[in-house]
Amino acid sequence: MVIKQLSVFLQNELGRLEEVTDILYKHNVNISACSIAETAEYGVLRMIVSDADKAAAALKEDDFSVKISDVICVETPDVPGELHKSLQLLTGAGINLSYMYGYSNGGTARLIMKVSDPAKAIQLLK
Amino acid sequence: MIWNEPMECMSRDQMHDLQSRRLKDMVVRVYHNVEFYRRKMQELGLEPADIQTIDDLVKLPFTTKQDLRDNYPFGLFAVPKSEVVRVHASSGTTGKSTVVAYTRKDVDIFSEVVARCLCCSGVTKHDTVQVAYGYGLFTGGLGLHYGAEKLGAAVVPISGGNTEKQITLLQDFGSTVLACTPSYAAYLAEAIAEAGIDAAELPLRVGVFGAEPWSVEMRAKIEEGLKIKAFDIYGLSEIIGPGVSNSCEQQNGLHVAEDHFVPEILDPNTLKQVAPGVTGELVFTTITKEAMPLLRYRTRDLSSLDYSPCECGRSNVRMAKIFGRSDDMLIIRGVNVFPSQVESVLLEIPEAKPIYMLIVDRKGTMDTLEIQVELDEKYYSDEIVELNNIRNKIKHKVESVLGISVIISLVEHKTIKRSEGKAQRVIDKRNI
Repeated sequence: MVIKQLSVFLQNELGRLEEVTDILYKHNVNISACSIAETAEYGVLRMIVSDADKAAAALKEDDFSVKISDVICVETPDVPGELHKSLQLLTGAGINLSYMYGYSNGGTARLIMKVSDPAKAIQLLK
Repeated sequence: MIWNEPMECMSRDQMHDLQSRRLKDMVVRVYHNVEFYRRKMQELGLEPADIQTIDDLVKLPFTTKQDLRDNYPFGLFAVPKSEVVRVHASSGTTGKSTVVAYTRKDVDIFSEVVARCLCCSGVTKHDTVQVAYGYGLFTGGLGLHYGAEKLGAAVVPISGGNTEKQITLLQDFGSTVLACTPSYAAYLAEAIAEAGIDAAELPLRVGVFGAEPWSVEMRAKIEEGLKIKAFDIYGLSEIIGPGVSNSCEQQNGLHVAEDHFVPEILDPNTLKQVAPGVTGELVFTTITKEAMPLLRYRTRDLSSLDYSPCECGRSNVRMAKIFGRSDDMLIIRGVNVFPSQVESVLLEIPEAKPIYMLIVDRKGTMDTLEIQVELDEKYYSDEIVELNNIRNKIKHKVESVLGISVIISLVEHKTIKRSEGKAQRVIDKRNI
């Protein structure tokens, strides 16, 4: 399914990430998945949260640069070759993958993917 | 509108005569009353009688900021202390502060030249002038204050900072003129937009900005952001404070109050005068000031002079908008770099805010220039590739203008300190 991802631009400095989690905690927002892409001077924190709009508003209030984007969440059985099959389908349809992150638990794997065409990707991966 | 037509529109010959008379008189005063100048003139074998016309200016000794520091606090006064009615002092960020003094007549001259500048910016007695320059030892606040009063305008003496209050008074008092540093004007424009206020709805129509170098692009940006016409006011406390010169509606140079302050442009290396139109170091001689007259004060500001008549009707010489201070100039790997060049480039790139910090360092024997740039939040992306594209675009443009390679660091918006007075844009970590 297509879901909302919240991302935050973070300067690479001690305690900056903790300020984000503090704000989310105070606004009672739960984080169900997250990843950080880092460069030498900044990082991009990407998260799936319980209420992306509320979290974005709270972070903006504190001058964070935030963005809500559409990503897809794909569920597959937690067995060898499943990710490969999904990627084959996307490649075959000419859909670009910008980044992804995920985890597996209890026999199911969940992947968050940023793709060039979320609606079409969801159709393919059903 | 011209505030003082006889003084601002006289012929070049009349100006030559007036300046000559005033210079002669001033040289006699400093020779007899200021030991520092008497000694300097004697070292050059000069007597007051050697100075007959303004053309003899070149014979006179220079004055530098260091001379003011060496004579701290009152060593350069040309009148007894009892004649002094006010003192101002520089912030002393680059050393001991420098002190300047005014007699009652000097204070009148100060008000007169600022009134001219405001008039030159299209301000009239019907205006309300919000003075957001700092009040105190800094000449900006009080200078604009008394000039605006002299003009007959209503003054709102709010001083610098307190941005929310500034915006409230712009709305409630309907201030039509804003006087402050350009960096603060830019910040105010940002704050007004953020408060959801449409600048076009405000009665504000004119900005009189100075006290730091700013680019033509920055002027356009402020004019757009505040929906006003922005004018340049130039001055320095050593000469009088703001009011030394001001741009007119032609936006083609700043008319100098040369009946009081005689400008020269010198080649900074040879210290010889250069031809009109050639850029060099701006030097002023005050020819009417009583308390602390200065001979050929080296401002370190870079400009050029234009003696041709101006469309606005004033005949007073125009100095080019200050390009930068020779003090601000960074020499990085042998290349001259001015912060204003970086500002001009950033103003052309929508993804970057024109708010930046230059950090100069030396790695081994190599100078490095890091430019921290605030990313406009509208252009923030969750994809590193996009962010890198923005960074590379900025890097490419800056490098093509500066001619040296730079490191661009994107930083979160609102993390570079906003200035309420003069902006601090450079950190030089080199230990040379």
